[in-house]
Amino acid sequence: MIEHLGKSLSRRSGACSLCLLLLLLFCGLSAAAQSVSPEQVADLQKQVAEARGNADNAWMLVSSALVLMMTGPGLALFYGGLVRKKNVLSTMMQSFAMMAVVTVVWGIVGFSFAFGSGNPFIGNFQHVFLHGVGAAPDPDYAGTIPLQTFMVYQLMFAIITPALISGAFAERMKFSGMLLFLTLWSLFIYSPMAHMVWGKGGLLNAALGGRFPCLDFAGGTVVHVTSGVSALVCALYLGKRKDYPQELFRPHSVVLSFVGACMLWVGWFGFNAGSALSAGSLATSAFVATHFAAAAAALSWMAAEWIFKGVPSALGGISGAVAGLVAITPAAGFVSPMPALAIGLIVGAVCYFMVAKVKERFGYDDSLDAFGVHGAGGTLGAILTGIFASRYVNPIFKDARGNATASGLLDGNAHQVLNQLVGVIIAWVLAAVGTLILLKVVDATVGLRVSDEHEVEGLDLTQHGEEGYSVE
Amino acid sequence: MTKLEAVIQPSKLDAVKEALLAIGIDGLTVLEVRGHGRQKGHTEFYRGREYSVDLLPKIKLEIVLRDDVVDDVIKAIISSAHTGKIGDGKIFISRIDEAIRIRNEERGTDAL
Repeated sequence: MIEHLGKSLSRRSGACSLCLLLLLLFCGLSAAAQSVSPEQVADLQKQVAEARGNADNAWMLVSSALVLMMTGPGLALFYGGLVRKKNVLSTMMQSFAMMAVVTVVWGIVGFSFAFGSGNPFIGNFQHVFLHGVGAAPDPDYAGTIPLQTFMVYQLMFAIITPALISGAFAERMKFSGMLLFLTLWSLFIYSPMAHMVWGKGGLLNAALGGRFPCLDFAGGTVVHVTSGVSALVCALYLGKRKDYPQELFRPHSVVLSFVGACMLWVGWFGFNAGSALSAGSLATSAFVATHFAAAAAALSWMAAEWIFKGVPSALGGISGAVAGLVAITPAAGFVSPMPALAIGLIVGAVCYFMVAKVKERFGYDDSLDAFGVHGAGGTLGAILTGIFASRYVNPIFKDARGNATASGLLDGNAHQVLNQLVGVIIAWVLAAVGTLILLKVVDATVGLRVSDEHEVEGLDLTQHGEEGYSVE
Repeated sequence: MTKLEAVIQPSKLDAVKEALLAIGIDGLTVLEVRGHGRQKGHTEFYRGREYSVDLLPKIKLEIVLRDDVVDDVIKAIISSAHTGKIGDGKIFISRIDEAIRIRNEERGTDAL
């Protein structure tokens, strides 16, 4: 048997050797006949680049859709469930209207103000009416995707940021006043802040050599601090809802809020991981950090509630998750999973106290806790980014020779926390002062607050002529 | 003709319906209401604020009956809806002046 095998094997190996020899001869002859030309190499390189670009573009388009979903229906549901039944539609409309209005404004001039070249504080008119925004990438922003993709991705951020503010003036703001106010807000507060942190020449731009490089991966300062602080100013300027706080208004549907919050969590992967502007490992890193922070913050908010109130509520769980997602927004692409966990744990508890204790102590009616969660969570997250950012996750700072240098405090760069503070303070001041001016302008022209009668009757009927839930 | 209104615990509705069916009562109207007698409410928590809710969900039955079956119905309801705790509910009896069947305009006890 073995003898037989041995004979057949040697016959086979002999045949194989002969085939191999013939093959080599053939290849050698073919190679001599035609070498690979520079044109072919260039063509192959082009195809590889295109494939890479297509992968990045696919992810970025999905991310754009995810972020839009965060506004509608994510935020619409989350906020809608928290208000009284008679105001559910008006609250949802405050988010939906942004999807419509900000899109138009962004297309005409908002994108240009944010991402045009301009000066350290605001862009210019180079992209007005989306001039020059086409299939070709802008390497300063994202070298592998069309500038149009970048524009539409950023648009989704521009949409959700003013929508967040509506949480502060829910149940008492005129629809017309809200439209005017948030349109102006988008142009004169959002676009400048976006420009400072992400635009060419921006004062705070860490990637493009800003004077005070502020690490803000997906918009902790640009989105959350600005909207949160504006929310506080709005709540104080507009005043409390009628009969607040003697009458405590319960959420009419925690179920809707629950669904909305879960959509926010999923959508946030587009918000944070999409801010990598590519489909590679940085996107993964940001994705993972985002998820871990959300989970940890949900737990710490629930723990705080369990300890201090005796029960962990569903609303507390989802609010905690949102707070964690807010805080990780500036840090997502700069920290590894364990620091993300730590950020979440800290912020969940802090935001719980902001919402459960501080609001009550100071008596302002930030109806849906836009300041307590976004303002406070965003500020804390931005500062914690300066502590936990690591060059091994994202080599954002480089020396003259192109070697990565320390990012955050624990990485060896104690100075970064100060830069983070600069970004945070600028966001606070721009939001607070800008909002106050805009509120006065709108108050003097269109008017801000509905009448007492309309407030009692409900905004769905008085502002929109509808009922959210009719009997038949 | 007698109108019988009974406010009962929502969890007892199925038992009461079955008890009524067992004694031949097959017409009734059920309302979802809120209210309380001496029963205390409960506390709910939303974002750290406490809300005391004292209007509790209840079920109200309304049945219009021939006078001769009223006592049997009262017995049936009490035996099926009773738990012995505060919050079991109440039964109210009143007189009905007229009853009319919409389908064929029958009147009086024929309409019941």
